[in-house]
Amino acid sequence: MRFLLRRLGFYCVAAWVALTLNFFLPRLMPGDPATALFARFRGRLGPEALQALRETFGLTDAPLWSQYLTYIGHALRGDFGISVAYFPTPVAQVIGTGLLWTIFLAGSAVIVSFAIGTLLGIAAAWWRRGWIDALLPPSLVFIGALPYFWLAMVSLYVLGFSLGWFPLGHAYSDDLTPSFSPVFLADVAAHAVLPVGSIVIATLGGWLLSMRNTMITILGSDYVNLARAKGLDPARVVLRYAARNALLPSITSFGMALGFVLGGSLLTEVVFSYPGQGYLLVQAVRSQDYPLMQGIFLVITLAVLGANWLVDIVYLWLDPRIRDSAS
Amino acid sequence: MSAPGSPRSIGIALWWEAIRRDRKAGMGAAVLLVFAFIALFGPLLVGDPQALVGIPLQPPSLQHLLGTTGQGQDVLTQLVIGTRVSLLIGFGVGLAVVLIGALVGVTAGFYGGRIDGLLSLLFNVFLVIPGLPLAIVIAAYLPTGSFTLALVLIVTGWAWNARVIRAQTLSLRQRDFVAAVIVTGESDARIILSEILPTMTSLLVAQVIGSTIYAIGAQVGLEFLGLGDVSAVTWGTNLYWAQNDSALLTGAWWTFAPTGICVALVGFGLSMLNSGFDEITNPRLQLERAWRDHLGRHGMKPARSTPVVRNHD
Amino acid sequence: MTEPILTVRDLCVDYITDRGPVRAIDRVSLEVGHGEILGVAGESGSGKSTMAQALLRILPPPAVISGGEVLLGSTNLLALSEPELRELRWKRFSMVFQSAMDALNPVITVGEQLIDTLQAHTPMNAHQARERATKLLGMVGIPPAQLDAYAHQLSGGMRQRIGIAIALTLEPSLVILDEPTTALDVIVEREILEQIRELQTRLGFSVIFITHDLGRMLQFSDRVAVFYAARLVEIGPADSLRNAPRHPYTQGLLRAFPSLHGESTGRESIGGAPPSLQNPPPGCRFHPRCPLAMDRCRIEQPELLAIEPEHSVACFAVQ
Repeated sequence: MRFLLRRLGFYCVAAWVALTLNFFLPRLMPGDPATALFARFRGRLGPEALQALRETFGLTDAPLWSQYLTYIGHALRGDFGISVAYFPTPVAQVIGTGLLWTIFLAGSAVIVSFAIGTLLGIAAAWWRRGWIDALLPPSLVFIGALPYFWLAMVSLYVLGFSLGWFPLGHAYSDDLTPSFSPVFLADVAAHAVLPVGSIVIATLGGWLLSMRNTMITILGSDYVNLARAKGLDPARVVLRYAARNALLPSITSFGMALGFVLGGSLLTEVVFSYPGQGYLLVQAVRSQDYPLMQGIFLVITLAVLGANWLVDIVYLWLDPRIRDSAS
Repeated sequence: MSAPGSPRSIGIALWWEAIRRDRKAGMGAAVLLVFAFIALFGPLLVGDPQALVGIPLQPPSLQHLLGTTGQGQDVLTQLVIGTRVSLLIGFGVGLAVVLIGALVGVTAGFYGGRIDGLLSLLFNVFLVIPGLPLAIVIAAYLPTGSFTLALVLIVTGWAWNARVIRAQTLSLRQRDFVAAVIVTGESDARIILSEILPTMTSLLVAQVIGSTIYAIGAQVGLEFLGLGDVSAVTWGTNLYWAQNDSALLTGAWWTFAPTGICVALVGFGLSMLNSGFDEITNPRLQLERAWRDHLGRHGMKPARSTPVVRNHD
Repeated sequence: MTEPILTVRDLCVDYITDRGPVRAIDRVSLEVGHGEILGVAGESGSGKSTMAQALLRILPPPAVISGGEVLLGSTNLLALSEPELRELRWKRFSMVFQSAMDALNPVITVGEQLIDTLQAHTPMNAHQARERATKLLGMVGIPPAQLDAYAHQLSGGMRQRIGIAIALTLEPSLVILDEPTTALDVIVEREILEQIRELQTRLGFSVIFITHDLGRMLQFSDRVAVFYAARLVEIGPADSLRNAPRHPYTQGLLRAFPSLHGESTGRESIGGAPPSLQNPPPGCRFHPRCPLAMDRCRIEQPELLAIEPEHSVACFAVQ
């Protein structure tokens, strides 16, 4: 329990750092941030928008620390300011629509990829053959070295454009309205195949190889040797003795990779025009909608932190040693 | 000189041995040599990548081996020119993040206590905050160009190295030869530079390779989003323009396919170098090959129990 | 004399490396009788632990058994198939591993590790198996509540007792103890050994007791075998070896024993270091460090010959 609380504390610190970065970044620009921003927007925004922008950034004439506190106060209340590109819609509202799609896309991709990769890794460690050992790692490394979004482009081209098996973009067909009907859900699934599939292919090899390598090391440990010596059924030795232990470092690396996979999924969204945070973020960058950009960054960060905490909970459940230790 | 018994044999020599002995590492090195050649001499052999040399979106032909882009430029030329910049930035960033990571990691591991606590917190925070969104947000505020690109790559990439190097420093710190040297009263900086860092040479090299892989991939990703200098010719901007010119939906696969394969080949080559090295230091993975051959020669397959293979000598 | 529990004849074990095979056990022959405690002594790397695992055929790659016979009763262990071995293991002979911390699965309870052994070999249901596991724990002096404990929650001594309980689960006729007390402090060590002896008297199994601590072994065993550089150099009753060791190596080990613990000092008083198994010295492997070395020792390898009934030595100077 103490373990979880300590981790939570850490994530709060990380969130605070992200917030603080958000606060100082506009002030990174050369010159006085207020003037620089307004110079960029002058031709495009009316006076209300400019004022809203000022307030969002806390760019008032108050001293820096006061601006900072105001900013934090706003953020804690979920007020990320007003979007410039979608003026006068608040940033929080613009983000809201896309968040679920990103969580759906990245979430299903990462879970499917991890599950399949881990299971195949266990199999690869148990059924070792000369040719598997020689060919498998290099092939998987090569596939894993392909940029996610490039795989997305290729799959879109081959399976979407050339063969026409899957839709070419978006999360659902334009002529359907969102609901929980089977028709709509099936449509969503069809639209998700290519984006999720390309992320899975790009990341699968990594999980597979790392699980396989961990398993190979653990299969040589004393307790596995003893389990074999006891005459236990090989399946039990592999699963209950080896894999169950190999899962622990695997889950740890899963947590650490979450942020990275999320980044890749953002790029994939761009390729498929998937209406998630990634797509929104790129639009925000292109239209220099700073409040939206920063709001998205914060939300994505919080999502990753939350997911990491969930992984910590799973780890606690899996490893009895952590349950007891206070350190 | 170093204290007696310090394991300096773990170093570049081990590396060289890895490349010579293991096929995979050798393969990786070969691939990288090809790209190094292209990076160094390629620009001398091809023309101007920005020149409009043909009708846009032409498929590969004898005149244009990889076809033309959406603006009528030669794809192969762009690929070759882009190699130099992409590899340079990738390697430069890879080196930089290892230097910074080593600085932080060694300091944290060597001194321990509060300094370690603070530095560990710092790099752990940077590890957990998602890199790409952070990079995008930072890059958006700075002027576009290679410098900004390199900066955001470094800011989002140093933390991993710090973590790994700190762990290694911690374990080295506890080894006898370090304790022996500390007792002699040498200054901390000298101890770090002459005892600890040299022992970590192989780890540092592996880290540089790994970080270069990351840097090239992340660089391509950011440029794809248009955050690099879109008027420059790099692998990433090639993909950016391909996407922009709707290559996919017009069926012009040649405008993006070769670039991705090049990125993967370089990443693959670097990974093979690293994994070849892994097998030398982790003998378990390598151990069984001779054993399997031996069994094979006697017509036996590996089973779970120790096999009985009678020698006739 | 009834048939021995275990007969090993000319056993050879090689490690196949990419630089060629390395012989870890070189034509070793020995026997273990019913209810007998055979001690196996030697330095690290001398082959004694390798032999323990070779008997059970659980040596990991790149080991191969390259020659000899191993008869458990009348069953030739080297001719058995995988399923046959699995059936036999633990029922007829079992092993206590060196470091119980590493030999216990950290993520499942210790009780479960006793129970799964029972359920793998007998038709017991979960309830019966649990009852039997409780009895096994009681046999080694551990309260039943610890069935649901995890390995990391128990002390070193308790973990080693559990290792013993696991080894005795199916009441085998031979138990191999591989350095069972090396990781424990002296007081706990004595308790464990007394526990083992008490169980052995009660249940009547034979023991192969492997350790580098020759003194401890001489107190505990009926007969003792001494390994050096993959070969057996002396074997005989414990009393004979304690009072009148014949092989120069055994003598050297015994000289080292009274003053200090552990073989590093032993090496110093013997002088030199144990040979590399990849490139062993020609002739008798001990000759570079032997005070009695003759010319013949540099050329020929001595075989194990009986100099008294029950007491054999492999040394030209003695024969």
